[in-house]
Amino acid sequence: MKPAAFTYHRAGSVRRAVELLSELGEDAKVIAGGQSLVAMMNYRLARPEHLVDIAHVKGLAGIRRVGGALHIGALTTHHAVEVADLTPDFAVLSRTMRWVGHLPIRTRGTIGGSLAHADGTAEWCILAVLLDARIVVEGPGGTRRIAASDLFLGPFTSALEPDELIVEVVFPRRAPRAALTEYAERRGDFAIVAAAVDLDGCPEAPDIPLVVLGGVAPTPLPVRLGPDFTGTTGPGRFGEFATAVADQVQIRDDTGVSAHYRRGLVRTLVERACEEAAQA
Amino acid sequence: MPDIQLIELNVNGESHDLAIPPRRTLADVLRHDLGLTGTHVGCEHGICGACTVLIDGAPARACLTFAVQVEGAEIRTVESLAGPDGAMNDLQQAFTDHHGLQCGFCTPGFLMLAEGYLAEEPEPTREEIREVVASNICRCTGYHTIVDAIEHCARKRRADCASG
Repeated sequence: MKPAAFTYHRAGSVRRAVELLSELGEDAKVIAGGQSLVAMMNYRLARPEHLVDIAHVKGLAGIRRVGGALHIGALTTHHAVEVADLTPDFAVLSRTMRWVGHLPIRTRGTIGGSLAHADGTAEWCILAVLLDARIVVEGPGGTRRIAASDLFLGPFTSALEPDELIVEVVFPRRAPRAALTEYAERRGDFAIVAAAVDLDGCPEAPDIPLVVLGGVAPTPLPVRLGPDFTGTTGPGRFGEFATAVADQVQIRDDTGVSAHYRRGLVRTLVERACEEAAQA
Repeated sequence: MPDIQLIELNVNGESHDLAIPPRRTLADVLRHDLGLTGTHVGCEHGICGACTVLIDGAPARACLTFAVQVEGAEIRTVESLAGPDGAMNDLQQAFTDHHGLQCGFCTPGFLMLAEGYLAEEPEPTREEIREVVASNICRCTGYHTIVDAIEHCARKRRADCASG
């Protein structure tokens, strides 16, 4: 279908974008790559009266290493991350991008847009929670940083205020032994289940992998197992670990997908992600 | 009073001044305002890939892009592939030689997808080509002949490059 009519505003700077969002209120949406928003507008699931286009704002795209951390500008496309050399510390980000839609989606869609869209199965949302990312946000009151674990409030609902804009995403901790894998019925579809693992993800329990699941809860779901699973970072025990994760999470029957089937996917994908992370 | 936006759009090396409602997608502007009907529209929500064009060299969905967003960008459509005399380029010729189409509806999208992809990755493996063409839908060929066409075009370009 064709989208409903709207008024177009092109912001030349972050400050101007925030001003526009403050003036226009809740009837305005930010557009960057538009790869989720325009599809929703074509379906008329979204009918914003105003679009504030930030794609022409300078300085919001790019990847920088700052000390041991990685800073990714909000307008950086999935494809730019896919082809960037982030080895070894953040190679998990590049490797995961192949799961995001398809190439012609990845050339336009952005990390900031994906996080703001807050789809609980989206790869960026899962990675942000797994790697403890900080989301840098500009609003009328200035800059604030939101921990990824505080960003997602529910399905497609984030802690962003209507007049706030994501400008940068900071990954503070290196993750050389991490991986994300997922299953969808067709390549590029939204995942039925996605599993991300960082084998070094629990500083308080260094031998237990941190798991974040997509598709089992409205928002990315972190799973931490107790000290009984110390030492499961070794190959050969990943299956046991994955079974324990699958047994622990609460999963409900859903339209078309039974809890039993989804739990089986969790088990398989967690084991697979652990193996990929160990080989990374 | 509907909102009208004045934009300058660069398509296939030509600049066009347009007065359009902002809600008009790039696919619709190409077809309705510029008469470039080679870009096809299938699903209008980014699934089928029939509307794939190049935006600054990168394959993108013209149905998921408003024309007002790409003012200042270089747009290329399927009409840019053939020579001025209408002769097919090597990629189009490869699709013909390998029967990479039957009804032809999806072909402009596959051509522009492959054109953008091969420019970035001139030495793809067959598996990589399969993964890339998974982004577009063809209901005739079963994809094998499309993969063949792209693989042979890439191989021929490399051979021509090495000998040339």
